[in-house]
Amino acid sequence: MNHWLTILTLVPFLGGIVIAGLGAERKNLVRGLALATSLVGLGGALCMWLHFDASKGGMQFEEGPWNWVPTLGIQYHLGVDGLGLLMVLLTAIVTPLAILASWRMDDRPHVYHALILWLQAGLFGTFTALNFFHWFLFWELGLIPAFFLIKLWGGPKRGPAATQFFIYTMVGSVALLLSFLAIRLATGSFDFIELAAMAKSGVLVTKLQVAFGWKNIGLIIFFGAFLGFAVKVPLIPFHTWLPAAYSEAPSPVTMLLTGVMSKMGVYGFLRILLPIFPEQIRQVLTPLLWLAVATIVLSACAAFAQKDIKRMLAYSSINHLGYCLLALFAAASVATGVTASDLQKAAALDGALLQMFNHGLTASALFLFVSLLEKRTGGLRGLDDFGGIRKVVPVFTGLMGISIFSSLGLPGLNGFVGEFLIFKGVFPLAPWAAAISTLGILVTAIFLLTLIQRVFCGPLNERWAKLPDLTTAERLLVLPSIALMFVLGIWPQFILGAVDATVVKLVQQLNF
Amino acid sequence: MLAWTIYITFIGVLVLMFLPRDNARAARIVALLTAIAGCVVAFVGAIQQANPGDVTTIVKAPWIPSIGANYYLAADGISLVLVVLTGLAAVSGILFSWNIEKRTKEFFAFYLALIGGVYGVFLSFDVLLLFVFYELTIIPKYFLIARWGSTRKEYGAMKLALYSFVGSHLVLIGLIAAWVVARGQLGHASLDLIELSKVAFPIAFQHWVFPLVFVGFAILAGMWPFHTWAPTGHVAAPTAGSMLLAGVVMKLGAYGCLRVAMVMFPEGVRMWQGEIACLAVAGIVYGAGVALVQRDFKFVIGYSSVSHMGFVLLGLATLNTIGLDGAVLQMFSHGIIAGLLFGVVGRMVYDRTHTRDFNDLETMQLGKLIPFAGVTFVIAGIASMGLPGFSGFVAELQVLMGAWTVFPKLTILSGVGILIGVAYTLRAVQKGFYSDAPPKPVDHDHPLEPISMPERFGAVMLIGASLIIGLFPGLLMNWIEPCFNSPLSMFARLLVKGGSQ
Repeated sequence: MNHWLTILTLVPFLGGIVIAGLGAERKNLVRGLALATSLVGLGGALCMWLHFDASKGGMQFEEGPWNWVPTLGIQYHLGVDGLGLLMVLLTAIVTPLAILASWRMDDRPHVYHALILWLQAGLFGTFTALNFFHWFLFWELGLIPAFFLIKLWGGPKRGPAATQFFIYTMVGSVALLLSFLAIRLATGSFDFIELAAMAKSGVLVTKLQVAFGWKNIGLIIFFGAFLGFAVKVPLIPFHTWLPAAYSEAPSPVTMLLTGVMSKMGVYGFLRILLPIFPEQIRQVLTPLLWLAVATIVLSACAAFAQKDIKRMLAYSSINHLGYCLLALFAAASVATGVTASDLQKAAALDGALLQMFNHGLTASALFLFVSLLEKRTGGLRGLDDFGGIRKVVPVFTGLMGISIFSSLGLPGLNGFVGEFLIFKGVFPLAPWAAAISTLGILVTAIFLLTLIQRVFCGPLNERWAKLPDLTTAERLLVLPSIALMFVLGIWPQFILGAVDATVVKLVQQLNF
Repeated sequence: MLAWTIYITFIGVLVLMFLPRDNARAARIVALLTAIAGCVVAFVGAIQQANPGDVTTIVKAPWIPSIGANYYLAADGISLVLVVLTGLAAVSGILFSWNIEKRTKEFFAFYLALIGGVYGVFLSFDVLLLFVFYELTIIPKYFLIARWGSTRKEYGAMKLALYSFVGSHLVLIGLIAAWVVARGQLGHASLDLIELSKVAFPIAFQHWVFPLVFVGFAILAGMWPFHTWAPTGHVAAPTAGSMLLAGVVMKLGAYGCLRVAMVMFPEGVRMWQGEIACLAVAGIVYGAGVALVQRDFKFVIGYSSVSHMGFVLLGLATLNTIGLDGAVLQMFSHGIIAGLLFGVVGRMVYDRTHTRDFNDLETMQLGKLIPFAGVTFVIAGIASMGLPGFSGFVAELQVLMGAWTVFPKLTILSGVGILIGVAYTLRAVQKGFYSDAPPKPVDHDHPLEPISMPERFGAVMLIGASLIIGLFPGLLMNWIEPCFNSPLSMFARLLVKGGSQ
């Protein structure tokens, strides 16, 4: 009997309560404690990573299922497989970085740091819960701190941005909730693993049809659940909350939003939609692939049109997660039974998982650089406000340049491997979708290079002649992310080895 | 044991009457002690009840034998839930009216009389007795509003009293008719609810009597379109008054619908099930929509009550175990959460700022001036919008589950209501506490009085209750469920057809 996951979730939650109680006066204590709590989380996640048996595809560190509310089928059931653990690790890495990035924040730091830790607790819970009720609790728990972090510490248009973010996500959540209530009514279960088994044997749809008497009920339920995740990722056309929320949120919060919170959506697709609704995904595969393709291409084009660095990176986030969904939908396609197609599906899903981790790492690093830049310029971050600053801040330029190249998928850096695997897998499964999506890669390269050109190159904007370069502390702060980008670029096996068995199991789940 | 909740509360009223007139402090303490004693008795009595699925008789003595009336107090699991709710609401209401200086003694005497009546309704298993207690609550609530209220208080009080009386008369007509028919069938006069729940009233009779009795009670539950007393009454009432109105008085109506109308006329419910569900969902969506555009902070909460009570009625209309479970749990949950919301708005905000207009509140930055109120309202708001972890979620979850099989389209529509609920709560949080509007210079000569200890206790108590039930709904479900599950219970007839599980 072990309680690793419960403890991991409780530590930031309780830490947040303690910190909120400390009061605004003891600033250094608040910050120190917040950092310490998040480092405990990181230590715990790393410990689990070391003790994780990568050869098994099932759940590990499993707790429960213990009855919580037996009459409603609510159980306390936790566990991680390669996917869950990967996301836990990502959360554990990004949170301390975000806390360090907001070190000098003086406006009510106790509330701020408590909210960040609660957000972390919500994320840990979401990535480890295996019962719908329990999972939904944390899914929503993550939303509230994020809302207040944007609402209270955001930029000038924070009010509308925060509200829009909250309402959009709630629309998705309510649809998701109604869908799962219907599922629970028909099947009597809230357990993801049980439901996946029912979906595989086809019982799920039959039961839904019996309970509701509609032929297409499976599809309707699927759409409800789909909406919940599509808003969170987001897929075009459900994305409109994102640019405002990402650009208005304080940059350290954006690190968490894009680095980890957006993964909640993809995680939901992988853990819930793909195993529980494979048949329905297959029925509407073509439109779904089109959505993924549209997300990839249109968001890249939109990023190209932005004048604000943060908004540009926000659209770029949509674009990068679009690849994950492309891989995911392609993996659900019909070609089954053949060993070769299994390999391709595995490649696509491997790529998607890798891409999730990589994007978390790279995007949070990019927003970290933006926050360092904002700190120096007093919040100015327009694409045209700069020019030629590479001469003044060479170290900053070099390190941010590495992150940008990682983001556009330069071989040797982490971004490349994930996208390569995705395309390797998707091309044989859905050639046309993969072909159009490559346009997205092209446009991404164009707008990221434009960013480098406008900000770092060209004639020096005299206004920034005295811009200070990164201090030693700041260099140390970005070092772990940069180092990981190289490590994962050269040795992706570090991640792939751990998730491989999980992916194989997922692919088997899809073959029936 | 549970009968002592009623007796203690009325003894408290008597003690208050003999207190010296100008000793406000003594009045408060007596009231608080009485309420706490009632609450403790309610808890202990509820826990001691061995078999919540059965009706456990507390007292049964002949009262008016010629018409078959008994002094019959009893309790089953549903009564237990509501009695505990009343206990909690009574204590927190007194904590939130600690600052009443005007005729304190009379205020608390009326307050306790109202509470006593409410306990009485929830424990009566004789229709006449229930009706007497039900009527008894109208008088104190009229005076509480008319004397200690604000904003058109006479109008609000009169409207509430008239609506209540109209409702009671509908109920009375229906009950008299039922009494006559039942006497014909049984061969003797009876007002015993358990006996009446076994009488098979003729279908044609149920067809017209059921809506009469149901609507009579549902008026007090805030059923659309008979809800209009609720927002005005809530707004006019003093803080403790609104807390009780939303917290327990609206539950009286819903309880009457379930315990009297539905139990006596099961065929009637089945005939009118669809209409009730439509009105319930209309209330959910309409209440939420109207709350979204209010300028007065208290009106937002008032209309939100209409919306949340819609879920109770929707749960009742499902006529399956899970929907009914959800309806009863929602009664409890809404009682706690609405009480808390009114406490924050009425006591913490209005009594300090003397305004409830969002345009004024926006310039005050209350989130920074009285952070405790801001945080409490945020937590209450989260609970009210039905986010998981709080009691509202588990309750609405079950209502929606119950409704899915019977009224799938209405269920989806009520999902829209939940979303509007999120929107108006966020709007209230923003406008009331964390606005970005340019702040008015703070008046340093008259700083806002800090949040007092009684307020803190009251708020923590209610938040704790909602959280505990949200995380461990089993605590109450163990009381509610057996009532509907047992084939011998008085609700068995309701569930014979139409039930899905």
